[in-house]
Amino acid sequence: MGLTRSSVGKNAQDSRLSIHRKRPDDLVVALAGNPNVGKTTVFNALTGMRQHTGNWPGKTVTNAQGYCEYDGRGFVLVDIPGTYSLSARSAEEEVARDFLCSDTPDAVVVVCDATCLERNLILVLQTLQITKRAVVCVNLMDEAKKRGIELDLEALRSELGVPVVCTEARRKKGLSDLLSKIKEVASLPPENNSFPSFVSSEEIVAEAERIYNMCVKTSDCGYTEKARKFDRLLTSRITGFPIMLVMLAIIFWITIEGANLPSSLLSQFLFRLEMPLYDFLVAVNLPHALSEAITFGIYRVLAWVVSVMLPPMAIFFPLFTLLEDLGFLPRIAFNLDRIFKKCNACGKQSLTMCMGFGCNAAGVVGCRIIDSPRERLIAIITNSLVPCNGRFPALITLITIFFIGAGGGISSSITSAALLTLLILLGILATFAASRLLSSTILRGLPSSFALELPPYRRPQIGKVIVRSVFDRTLFVLGRAVSVAAPAGLIIWIMANITYDGQTLLAISSSALDPIARVMGLDGVILMAFILGFPANEIVIPIIIMAYTAGGALTEMNDISSLSALLIQNGWTWMTAVSTMLFSLMHWPCSTTLMTIKKETQSLKWTAVAFLTPTVMGIAACIIFNLILKLFI
Amino acid sequence: MNGICRLCDMNSGETGEIAEISHSCKIRQRLSDLGFICGTKIECLTKSPLGDPTAFLVRGTVIALRREDSRFVKVRVI
Repeated sequence: MGLTRSSVGKNAQDSRLSIHRKRPDDLVVALAGNPNVGKTTVFNALTGMRQHTGNWPGKTVTNAQGYCEYDGRGFVLVDIPGTYSLSARSAEEEVARDFLCSDTPDAVVVVCDATCLERNLILVLQTLQITKRAVVCVNLMDEAKKRGIELDLEALRSELGVPVVCTEARRKKGLSDLLSKIKEVASLPPENNSFPSFVSSEEIVAEAERIYNMCVKTSDCGYTEKARKFDRLLTSRITGFPIMLVMLAIIFWITIEGANLPSSLLSQFLFRLEMPLYDFLVAVNLPHALSEAITFGIYRVLAWVVSVMLPPMAIFFPLFTLLEDLGFLPRIAFNLDRIFKKCNACGKQSLTMCMGFGCNAAGVVGCRIIDSPRERLIAIITNSLVPCNGRFPALITLITIFFIGAGGGISSSITSAALLTLLILLGILATFAASRLLSSTILRGLPSSFALELPPYRRPQIGKVIVRSVFDRTLFVLGRAVSVAAPAGLIIWIMANITYDGQTLLAISSSALDPIARVMGLDGVILMAFILGFPANEIVIPIIIMAYTAGGALTEMNDISSLSALLIQNGWTWMTAVSTMLFSLMHWPCSTTLMTIKKETQSLKWTAVAFLTPTVMGIAACIIFNLILKLFI
Repeated sequence: MNGICRLCDMNSGETGEIAEISHSCKIRQRLSDLGFICGTKIECLTKSPLGDPTAFLVRGTVIALRREDSRFVKVRVI
């Protein structure tokens, strides 16, 4: 889930990038290779950058660029998306081919996975038809050795006619050797790289097979007994779906259970600072109104975002990254493909849907792995129907308050996890329904072809993943909190304190929204919170709390039971909670996601469709739910 | 059993050799990029819980194909 400030929204990387040389004699080096061979790991190891990696084909969908120095020479490294060939049949393959053929890098490194070299050699041979200024980097040597695969590097070198280097990028081994070889080939005279006229691909495959048989000795068929067992378990008719569900539920359970303590500690700490902050602001002679706006507007919303929203996000994200690194996601896509086919969509949509759990904007960018433009649009439009990381905490909070009680304990957290899983299932069902609807109306068409690689399972680097994603996530959320929650808090406070005709602006606007909201089982404040939460879903619940408490008595709000009391005081019942959760699951994508959609589709029309589809579904779901309830109650 | 069948009709656990890839196959080119050519050894690994797609082992990698595509590939079952 490549979620960084630069990877989504208006900063989303273009498919064509301009090369930034620091010095005119810097060498431009492209990293090419099949999907999922560890190109990004090699890239990170060389440049010291932290591009996100994941164990599934198609993780990198844009060109990323990094810089390193070796032996007095600068290298601009470009990590291009993985491709099976250079015939460019999908958007991200086109990015790769265009870069190799038109931007003429000084050298190309073709990264190969030592454990499945035969398939990788096909791309190596295709690349060598374009340029001889290439180095073959055989990565994952550690894994190959473990599996008893013997490589005759000398033979490989003489067969291919270019340098071959072994690396273990995860342990940073073999990198200086790689750089010196890059320097060597880059000094060869430049060629006129024209679009290659391939000999037939059958000939290339046969050649790859010949070289492979000559250079590699192994009894290993590339697919271990262990992987075989795992796959049988994960994809069997009986255990396949239950295991997926249980995995999801376990992740939620760890998130809920693990977030409890840090959440309450943070909220106690932050709310204890509230009064001292106010006193301090008054003491330094700020006007009372300003001190109040800062303390009870800005600070309070920030405190809520940090204490309630941050802990679950910081726990869920690394857990999901671990599943991703393990190689679990392609199996999900494999299991769900039949349903997507029935919806005339692409099975790879499961992958982008899973990325949506982390961040919908990242999920939308990830849709580039889908080859057919029609299916890619469906995946983009339906992506926000799975709740992103920013919506989980709100769902968890509401489930805890209205369906579990604040009792706590293991059994109640298991129940919350189960309920949350059900809710996610509903989101996935909505995704199927919306995909089906779109493909039978405005995006009519038949499912296209589908070939999905199921990569080998790899042991994730647990420590590294946890440290990195907790850190990245925390910074990202804090950054958003400051830029979005703080102004929202200020707006709410101002609306609650400026009166017009004897009524606060807050009361006026929420009562204006109230009639529509009531039909949906919400109230005006909740609907307003969703509208104000447009820049970031994290702030919806904090805004609701603010709106209920603002202007009124300064109640001490520092734990979940007082939150529960506050909501019930304001007329919430379990039905309100269900309606709110339904609407949280299905409403407009956040502003970052919409900007990303605009960028990816290059079309206002499809951006509007992506805005309206989940919104209409959410409003309809809420209204139907409340109509049904009225029949029974 | 030693006959020619369509790739989509192979059973889990069966191994064979690709005999022909029909020109009506939409992803013929992609399949050959993945190493599917005549004579390639192929093993049918497992079917998805809903019966489709099916995962095949080819040249050390596992590739899942839908029935719509795999029916254009003929296999000599060994």
